[in-house]
Amino acid sequence: MPFGRKPNEFPSHLWTQCPSCNEMLFNKQLARNLNVCTKCDHHFRLGARERIELLVDKGSFHEHDAALTSGDPLGFTDSKPYPERIAAAQTKSGEKDAIITGEATIGDNPVILAVMDFEFMGGSMGTVVGEKITRAAERALAERRALVIVSASGGARMQEGTLALMQMAKILGALARLDQARLPYVSVITDPTTGGVLASYASLGDIIVAEPGALIRFSGERVTSGTVGEKLPTGFGKAEFLLERGFLDQIVPRPQLRERIGFFLTAFRAASQDLRWSL
Amino acid sequence: MLDRITGTKRTVEANGHLPVDANLITEPAQLASRVSAWEAVQAARNIQRPHTLDIVGRVFDRFHELHGDRGFRDDPAIVGGIADLDGRPVVIVGEQKGASTEENIARNFGMPHPEGYRKAMRLYRLAEKFHLPLITFIDTPGAYPGPEGEERGQAEAIAQSILLMARLQTPIVVVILGEGGSGGALALGVGDVVLAMQNAIYSVISPEGCAAILWRSPAEAERAAKAMRVSGPDLLELGVVDALIPEPAGGAHTDHAATAAAIRTALAAQLAKLERVPAADLMSARYERFRAFGALDEAGAAPPPPPPDSWWRRMMKRPSS
Ligand SMILES: [Zn+2]
Repeated sequence: MPFGRKPNEFPSHLWTQCPSCNEMLFNKQLARNLNVCTKCDHHFRLGARERIELLVDKGSFHEHDAALTSGDPLGFTDSKPYPERIAAAQTKSGEKDAIITGEATIGDNPVILAVMDFEFMGGSMGTVVGEKITRAAERALAERRALVIVSASGGARMQEGTLALMQMAKILGALARLDQARLPYVSVITDPTTGGVLASYASLGDIIVAEPGALIRFSGERVTSGTVGEKLPTGFGKAEFLLERGFLDQIVPRPQLRERIGFFLTAFRAASQDLRWSL
Repeated sequence: MLDRITGTKRTVEANGHLPVDANLITEPAQLASRVSAWEAVQAARNIQRPHTLDIVGRVFDRFHELHGDRGFRDDPAIVGGIADLDGRPVVIVGEQKGASTEENIARNFGMPHPEGYRKAMRLYRLAEKFHLPLITFIDTPGAYPGPEGEERGQAEAIAQSILLMARLQTPIVVVILGEGGSGGALALGVGDVVLAMQNAIYSVISPEGCAAILWRSPAEAERAAKAMRVSGPDLLELGVVDALIPEPAGGAHTDHAATAAAIRTALAAQLAKLERVPAADLMSARYERFRAFGALDEAGAAPPPPPPDSWWRRMMKRPSS
C-alpha cells in the first residue's frame, strides 16, 4: 500500500504510516481491518475487488462485461499514446479499466453492483466506465434489481475527449429509466470522487452515502484555490462538509456499509408492497 | 417514424447528393476550409462574438426573460425565458457571457453557479408542463469552480440538469454558440438535436486544464486542443454534434445579423420536424442518441471499431417506416 512516509525501520512492504494519526500500521493488520486505521479509523483507499468482497453477501458476486476494454477513439497522444497508457494501467492493475460490474446480493437483496477503482488511471471515466455502468443500469431495469454504484474517480478521461463527456448523458439516460421504474439506486461515494463522476451519477442516488473523510468535490483543489486565490477552510470538500451542506444522506464507516445498504434496500422492497423489484 | 426527426440528411444516400436544407453542414467536406482546433478555440472565445442574448434578440420575434431559481438568487450567467419564433412559443435557456470586461464580471464570464442550473431546471420543467419546445444555447468556459459553487452543490445541480434533460418530455434543440466547457455545458446539452456553430468548440476539460495535467504546462493548450478534437468538424466526425450552423466568412463576430439569420433558419427547420414526433418516439430516440457513444473493444474480438456513427447516419441507414 503506497501510503505515507516510511522511516527505514519500517519497510513499506510491511508497514504503512497513517496520514491522519501518524501511527505505523502493520500492512497485514491494516488489510484485515478493511484498510481502516486501527487507531484513528482513517479510511485508506480500497481496491475494487476488495470492495466487492466487503459489500456483497459472501460468494454472491458474478462479474459482467469483464472483457470490455477501451479503444482509442481520438487517436490521442500526449507524451505517450493513449493505448500505451491503457496497456500500462492494465498490466499494473490486472484490470481492463477503472470499473468492475456484476450481479450480487446485499443482505439478500438482488443488486447490480458497479465499483470503480481509483488505481486505474485515477478512476477516470471513459467509454468503458460509461458503457459498463449503462449496461449495469439496463440490466437492473430488465431484471428488476437495485443498482449500487461505488464511485472513486478523478472525473472524465481526457484522452477520450467529448466521448468521455457524453458518457455522463448516456449513464444518466439509463438512470432516468431506472428511476421511472421505481427501482432503487444507491450511490456510495469514496475517496476521492470529483469532476464529471460527481457531476453525474455519484450525486443522484435515492440514497447517497459516503465514507468518512472522503474528498468529494466538483473541482480539483488546485482549480478551486487557484481560480479564487484564497485559502479554503479545513475540511472543505470532505464528506463531513457535504453532509453538513445537505448533499449526503449519511456518512457510513466502511465496516457498516454492507449492512446499511442492505437495510435501505430491504426497506424499499417492503414498502413497495408487491415486492415489485424482487426477483 | 424516427427518421422524421433526423431531418436534413435522410435522403443523402437515396439520391446521391447533399440536400442540405436549413443550410446545415453535416459533413466536414462541405466546409471550404477547415480551421485548426486552436483557431476554433480563439474564435469561440472571441469577446465580439454574438452571445446568447444577442442571438435571442435577433432570432426570436419576442422574448420575455424569466428570472431566478426560486431558492437562492438569479444567476446572471444563465438567462432564460419565453420567446416566439414565427408565432410558435418556445422556452429558451442559455449561458450568457459579456461583450466587455465589465459585462463579463457581471455575468461571471458565463460560468454558472448551482442556482443558475437550478433556474435552468425550473424552465425545463416549465417547457415540459406546457408542451413547449426547449431551445438551449451553450456558451461557457465551464461551471464556476469556486468554493461558493461547491458549497451550494455545483456537481449536484449539473447532475440533476443532465438527468432532467434526458427525461424531459418535450422536444429539445441544443445550439453550441461558442464555448462548450465540460459538464457545465452538458447541463444544457442533452437534446434531440445538437447543433454547433461552425467555429464553436466542445470539450471535456479546457485545453489549458488538459495541458496542465497531461503536459504539465498550460502553454501546451494548443496541442491539447488538437489532441482532444474540440473543433466543429471534429465534433461532427465524432457524432457529438449532428450538424454545424455555418458562420459568415470571417466568423460570427463579423456579422451578428447574418449569424442570427442562420441560426433562425436552422431552428425553424428543426422545430418543425421535432414537433410532429410523438413523445414516446422522441424519448427513445434521445436515449439512443446518447446511448450510442462509446468506442469499445471486447477483448479478443475485432480491433477497436471506428468512431461511432453519428446519430444522423445511423438513423439514415434504417429503412423508413
Ligand atoms: Zn490513524
